[in-house]
Amino acid sequence: MREVNVRDIQKTVKDLCIKANVVLRPDILRALRSAFRLERNAKAKKILKALLENAAAAKRQKMAICQDTGMVAAYIETGEDTRIVGGSLENAINKGVAAAYRKGYFRKSVVKDPFIRINTKDNTPCVLYAKLIKGNRVKITISLRGFGSENKGKVKMFDPTASTGEIKNFIIGVVKDAGPDACPPYLIGVGIGGTLDKSAALAKEAILRSLNKRNKLLHIAKLEKELLSDINKLKIGPMGLGGKTTALGVNILAYPTHIAGMPVAVSIGCHATRNATKII
Amino acid sequence: MELSKLNLQKLKVGDIIFLDGTIYTARDQAHKRMAETIKKGKRLPLDLNGKIIYYCGPTPTPKGRAIGSCGPTTSSRMDAFTPLLLKKGLRGMIGKGRRSAEVRKAIKKYRGIYFLTYAGCGALLSKYVKKAKTITYKDLGPEAVYKLEVKNFPLIVCIDSKGRDLYKNLENR
Repeated sequence: MREVNVRDIQKTVKDLCIKANVVLRPDILRALRSAFRLERNAKAKKILKALLENAAAAKRQKMAICQDTGMVAAYIETGEDTRIVGGSLENAINKGVAAAYRKGYFRKSVVKDPFIRINTKDNTPCVLYAKLIKGNRVKITISLRGFGSENKGKVKMFDPTASTGEIKNFIIGVVKDAGPDACPPYLIGVGIGGTLDKSAALAKEAILRSLNKRNKLLHIAKLEKELLSDINKLKIGPMGLGGKTTALGVNILAYPTHIAGMPVAVSIGCHATRNATKII
Repeated sequence: MELSKLNLQKLKVGDIIFLDGTIYTARDQAHKRMAETIKKGKRLPLDLNGKIIYYCGPTPTPKGRAIGSCGPTTSSRMDAFTPLLLKKGLRGMIGKGRRSAEVRKAIKKYRGIYFLTYAGCGALLSKYVKKAKTITYKDLGPEAVYKLEVKNFPLIVCIDSKGRDLYKNLENR
């Protein structure tokens, strides 16, 4: 049994929150550079240039890429042969978040009660997902959820007899509804199957996956490519000013589901979708 | 372009300008409070007459800088309050994304203007803010009203004073 102290988890959470807020994901940076090269629409090109300049400015000045530094989601995957020692895991994670938001001059955007809306002043609590995995490692992923794009996500419970076409139309419709409002070019996460909540969780996990990877299942990888092509035909473009790039990628995750259902969840990730992972 | 010398009514949809002057931040809760104050017939802590509001909740200011990351937030969340503020003399707004038909009509009626600025570019935009100071609703933290002195702040006209909308092809369904 390997022991991991919550102190190390707290430090890792803090470092990951800072990294995710300040350094744009390399796959997104690469996709934006490629979109900039290929774009012919002058306005769209100007916006893509600003996005690249913004990423460079944030990294150079160790500043938040976006002022909406989000609500934090923490994914803790603990090996079955690991024992967490030294105190409460949940407290350690929230302490790590609070330390990062203080040190990094990140915005505290969390309110204690959805009705009363008093700011907790340290950006906690985070949304916590814990999972057991094989081995003795602890894998920590921090994902920051800015609400300009978070607000545009949707879940729909389809009939099991629904056609792929109907499902595609729903996904494209969610992007169309988001329009220029949620900071395109987007990274679209789709979760299909499971239950109402599982599909939403899958859509969020899909967004964490690199744009350079496709789903391992061929029929789903095909759907990802078709959806990306269809979404880019919407011509929303960077900041909604037209052009070729409405989405940088569509990532789908699927899961077994019930004979009576076909849950489909769509999460819209902005051009500054932020997450970082470390294994301890 | 100096704000005081700028004829906002001459600007056309799609025009790009670089603004010098004073703007004020306000977002969801500040709008809610201002609207409640106006409805009660009381005086606002910020005289809206001729002002430009920027929908922005900046990060805390790092040491040695004028402001932290300070990009625009989604404008449509302010739509319900905007016609009332325009009626009270608000001149312009800066944000991101689409506005409702009611806002478009009110902009035309009161000869206002709605600008976009680079969305999701808070680090870059901070370069164009020379001074920042919270002036009211300080208890709202990041949602307080900040007075900003800006220089070369990049803006794109999204809805001009004639009510023409850059996003008319991307209407909400």
